[in-house]
Amino acid sequence: MFTSTADLFALDSLPASTAWPVAAPATTPASAPASVPAARNTAALDTVLRHPGIWRRRAPGTSALATQPSGHAALDALLPGGGWPRGALCELLVEHDGLGECSLLLPTLAALTQARRRVVLVAPPYVPYAPALAAAGVDLRHVVQIDAAHTDTHWTAEQCLRSGCCGAVLDWLPRSDYRELRRLQLAAESSGTLGFVFRPLAAADQASPCALRLRITTAMNGTQFELLKCRGRLGGATSLRLRA
Amino acid sequence: MLWACLRFPQLAFDALRGTLPNTPGAFAVVAGPAQRRGIVFANAAARGAGVRAGQAIATAQALCPHLCLLARDPAAEQQALGAFATLAWRYSSDIHLREPDAVLLEVGASLKLFDGWPALERRLRDEIARSGFACRIAAAPTACAAQVLTFAHDGIALTTTAVLQGALAQLPLAQGGLESATVTALHGMGLRTLGDLFRLPRAELARRTGPAALLHLDRLRGHLAEACPRWQPPARFARRLEFESAAHSTTALAFPLQRLLRELELFLLARDGGVQHFVLVLGHERGASTRVAVGLLAPQRDAAHLLELARVRLERIALPAPVYSLALQVDELPPLTPPHRDLFDTRAQGGLDWPALAERLRARLGDGALHGLACVADHRPTHAWRHTPLDPAAPATRDATAPAPTANRPFWLLPQPLVLRTAPQRILAGPERIESGWWDAHDQRRDYYVVELRGGQRAWAFTEAGSRQHWTLHGWFA
Repeated sequence: MFTSTADLFALDSLPASTAWPVAAPATTPASAPASVPAARNTAALDTVLRHPGIWRRRAPGTSALATQPSGHAALDALLPGGGWPRGALCELLVEHDGLGECSLLLPTLAALTQARRRVVLVAPPYVPYAPALAAAGVDLRHVVQIDAAHTDTHWTAEQCLRSGCCGAVLDWLPRSDYRELRRLQLAAESSGTLGFVFRPLAAADQASPCALRLRITTAMNGTQFELLKCRGRLGGATSLRLRA
Repeated sequence: MLWACLRFPQLAFDALRGTLPNTPGAFAVVAGPAQRRGIVFANAAARGAGVRAGQAIATAQALCPHLCLLARDPAAEQQALGAFATLAWRYSSDIHLREPDAVLLEVGASLKLFDGWPALERRLRDEIARSGFACRIAAAPTACAAQVLTFAHDGIALTTTAVLQGALAQLPLAQGGLESATVTALHGMGLRTLGDLFRLPRAELARRTGPAALLHLDRLRGHLAEACPRWQPPARFARRLEFESAAHSTTALAFPLQRLLRELELFLLARDGGVQHFVLVLGHERGASTRVAVGLLAPQRDAAHLLELARVRLERIALPAPVYSLALQVDELPPLTPPHRDLFDTRAQGGLDWPALAERLRARLGDGALHGLACVADHRPTHAWRHTPLDPAAPATRDATAPAPTANRPFWLLPQPLVLRTAPQRILAGPERIESGWWDAHDQRRDYYVVELRGGQRAWAFTEAGSRQHWTLHGWFA
């Protein structure tokens, strides 16, 4: 709980070059017609407050978050900005294999590869089945699979996220701690890359620096997706059911 | 035509100087058969004491008791001359080596590109000065004259034949490049300069000097064209550095490695080539060695980039013994095609482009760690996909033979099918009969189903064709 609060008010990530505008002095006579400095200051304040690190209560859908549509209307409605946050790590906590957790990303991967952005799969647990990817519209020329020993997966993922030449990086990290995930999150932030981390459901109880945490579990008939944490979001439904 | 001659008057000494401690003193280079070894070069300090080229060793040592004698090394001279030819290759494609100490290059065709002869000469001098070799440079319309002029002048440039004629006419006979016996004979006849020779009638001159000298005089003036083989840059690169003391860790090799790679970069620049595969040979005691091969996805030239990759490879090996030498060998020099970059590249600061990232990953994870994916036109699930090597130069067209995508395939395919102990809870789709492969000994007759297992997992499972028992799991609809 504490971490999500800290993330919501990440004031330290403000751009250093943006000077904090000084409020118009109280001594300004109220009769002054159309106080120009005050108007400019309000505009400047608005630009500062539009920083995604600052959250303000306002109507949904006006967020300045850079996002990548997920391709699922119901999920997009749930996510602030209407899609996966760019330059952030999304953590998918999966109960079992075969719940549709990877297919959830297929529209995103298809959109990215068709835009000639590279998609990197770091140490996938099984064989990513090329015909299935192609059927979903993924352009296989822009998909790269990287085999890495489990001691190298974090390093590989960080290099890919930091480089800025990948559209999306998918990692399978069964064992990772807060510090390692934090490095990945920072790497994603620095380059603006989409990062997806698949972790077992047991990791849901641990604190995580990821911008978005999605719990994927079995429901009565279908798969339940539940937002455990989401940067820049207030209230509303937190879960949806797909694949009935 | 304008020929430039680079002559290295101290080549015999300068080629050896790399091995000497940097102390002033009288040095002389000696050569010749074992019984009659003589001085071939004496440095300034030795000359001050009266030592001259051509003296016997005993004479020289009598004149200068502290004279340090060095044995001439023709191989080192050859190598040095080759290095200067490589350097000159950047400015001209028409290069001749003139043993023992000169490199000739035709610069007439390069003058416009390099801003005229004075600018070109300055560049040549700067680059030669960095190597520490003494050099005399002259330019003339004929190769032979350029070489002869370096004996008398340094930095002279004669651009027209008329001026050349006048300058040659004033040259003393001794500096005319003639045989010393001929020079002595001509002196005896009262001739002092080349001009005196030019004024003599040809037939009489030929009778007195022989045809070789006449040929030389004709070449000097450009009356006769010269034909000699062009120098070609070597097709491979091999350099070796010996260490004063043993290196016990790979980190100690970084500095010599950097030096070798810088040399390689200069070599590649001159060849306008790149390197895709090179071998580092770490020499141990008693002739043992460790070879470290470094392969790249695409040809590269940048020394800093090559250094980073080579260092990562070196760090990952364990040295079996202390290292006494480091050698760099390149056997193939593929042409270098610089990568295309987007004009409005929006990469983040400090980011890498894909080739650089791929090289970095390969250096640490191994050459076979990165794959592409492709579909194969085969009905059998295990044969319907393959890994493809990553090739940055691959044509950006879709494989025409790839099959149309089929629906209802799982995201994950299990590398080894897994036997299911219990029957699936629910069959969602199927059967889909896949029967193929009788021609390649991987014959398959299976019925594939999309099934739901206990726990809501959706899987791709198969049974023997026609039966509904013995379920085997082959994929996850993840």
